[in-house]
Amino acid sequence: MILATVAQRQALLERAHSIAMVGASSNPLRPSFTVFSYLRTKGRYSVVPINPTLQAIDGIAAFASLRDYAAVHGAPDIVDVFRKPSEVLAVVDEAIAVGAKAIWFQYGVINDEAIARADAAGLDVVIDKCLKVESARFDGGLATSGLNSGVITSRRKQ
Amino acid sequence: MASLEGGLGALATASGLAAQLCGVLSLAQAGDHLLCSQNVYGGTITQLSVTIKRMGIETTFVPVDDLAAMRAAVRPNTRLLLCETIGNPSGTIADLHALASIAHDHGIPLLVDNTFASPYLCRPIEHGADLVVQSATKFLCGHGTTVGGVLVDSGRFDFGNGRFPLLSTESPGYHGKVFTETFGEYAFLMRARAEVLRDVGAQLAPMDAWLLLQGIETLPIRMERHVANARLVANYLRGHADVAWVAHPDFADAQQRELAARYLPRGAGAVFTFGLRGGRDAGRRFIDALELWSHLANVGDAKSLVIHPASTTHSQLSDDEMRNAGVAPESVRLSVGLEDIEDLIWDLNNGLRAVAAGATVSA
Ligand SMILES: Cc1ncc(COP(=O)(O)O)c(C=O)c1O
Repeated sequence: MILATVAQRQALLERAHSIAMVGASSNPLRPSFTVFSYLRTKGRYSVVPINPTLQAIDGIAAFASLRDYAAVHGAPDIVDVFRKPSEVLAVVDEAIAVGAKAIWFQYGVINDEAIARADAAGLDVVIDKCLKVESARFDGGLATSGLNSGVITSRRKQ
Repeated sequence: MASLEGGLGALATASGLAAQLCGVLSLAQAGDHLLCSQNVYGGTITQLSVTIKRMGIETTFVPVDDLAAMRAAVRPNTRLLLCETIGNPSGTIADLHALASIAHDHGIPLLVDNTFASPYLCRPIEHGADLVVQSATKFLCGHGTTVGGVLVDSGRFDFGNGRFPLLSTESPGYHGKVFTETFGEYAFLMRARAEVLRDVGAQLAPMDAWLLLQGIETLPIRMERHVANARLVANYLRGHADVAWVAHPDFADAQQRELAARYLPRGAGAVFTFGLRGGRDAGRRFIDALELWSHLANVGDAKSLVIHPASTTHSQLSDDEMRNAGVAPESVRLSVGLEDIEDLIWDLNNGLRAVAAGATVSA
């Protein structure tokens, strides 16, 4: 199912625990590194890089493929994709094969065939959204930087 | 503010002009060009035509209702089209939808200064605007206590379309990140905050933010009364023999009334000008005779304000620039407040009697 609403994405973030980040980079200038670090500091997710060219990011061992990841950790709740749109069909096929529950396509990672295939296989699909931004929407981080979270609260932030 | 304007996010700044500066500097650099309505606040005209021009960014001013001229004035290096929902002080209402089409046809965003309407009377983003600026000093504050500004982004404009290298190429001011790639739809807001506002240094102070929030809590109630009182005052003036003209949208031409109905169905604000018979001297005598109305350059205060633009807010402009901005020497600008309407009219009546008496003396 394509998760088009804020409420659907919130529910996904609440039920998920494991995130396999395909295309994660150890270069601090890359968006994936920022998202990786942010999700780790939140403490509630196990976030693991999937990148055959990397040993580890910040001491977290990288796996060369989703299959290698699944052999150790089992099926991930979310496969978070930072790859060129032309490369993501293979990622979808692997995600389906290892039994991933959801696939998250980051900003600009748009491939209609890949989206349709993941959707048809029963995965939850998020398109053209950032996992960090959507996560920050519900923990107050967005509002702190003046971004409209759509959440109006009278509570002081914890 | 982002919620009130229907935007993706917002930036609070030390003034309305600071918000506008942050908007411009987030998109344009030396060698670029801006297009701006001629019917805007005098301070906006000088900001663009003097200070920003010195940074190598040139602005062309075009009458806001001349859509053909506006379209013709777009250049390959134009980065932004600017206008005011309700022009200060002429009251000219911008055709937001048409201006948005011109901007979008050329791959540039439309920035609307929504100060005179406030988001209660108009939400420009719903009519095609991409960016909105507020001088929070005015109706949002509501009590003349605070100077502040807000810059809102709709999040809809594609700043990765190739015309905005400041957003779509590596930024030396922010770790070499590419804003469009890193922040997606948040690219503009992130650059405006993390780079431009940081470097310009015009953040809103915490105490001022608190004061502005007090005002925003009562915005809808105040706006209704502002609009109702303004209509009654305009009607009174229109019926007075010593008043030459009243530039309230209710009495404007059919085209302006149609724009008011479309974009400002709850009323076209509470700031308008009128002309005294007797020109410049009459204006001074009128203001000197007022008791209740305060002689102040601000607008949008709970109390009623009056000013003579030619000798105050627009005094930096040449005669031509002033006429282009819709300001005549005899025009008096009112910002109608929340007081009892009988008191407001009693005071205006005294002012008009003083004008008549002065005219007799000098005759
Ligand atoms: C329409 C409009 N925009 C912007 C400004 C500038 O706002 P500030 O004084 O908060 O810089 C003003 C101030 O008079 C205004 O009337």
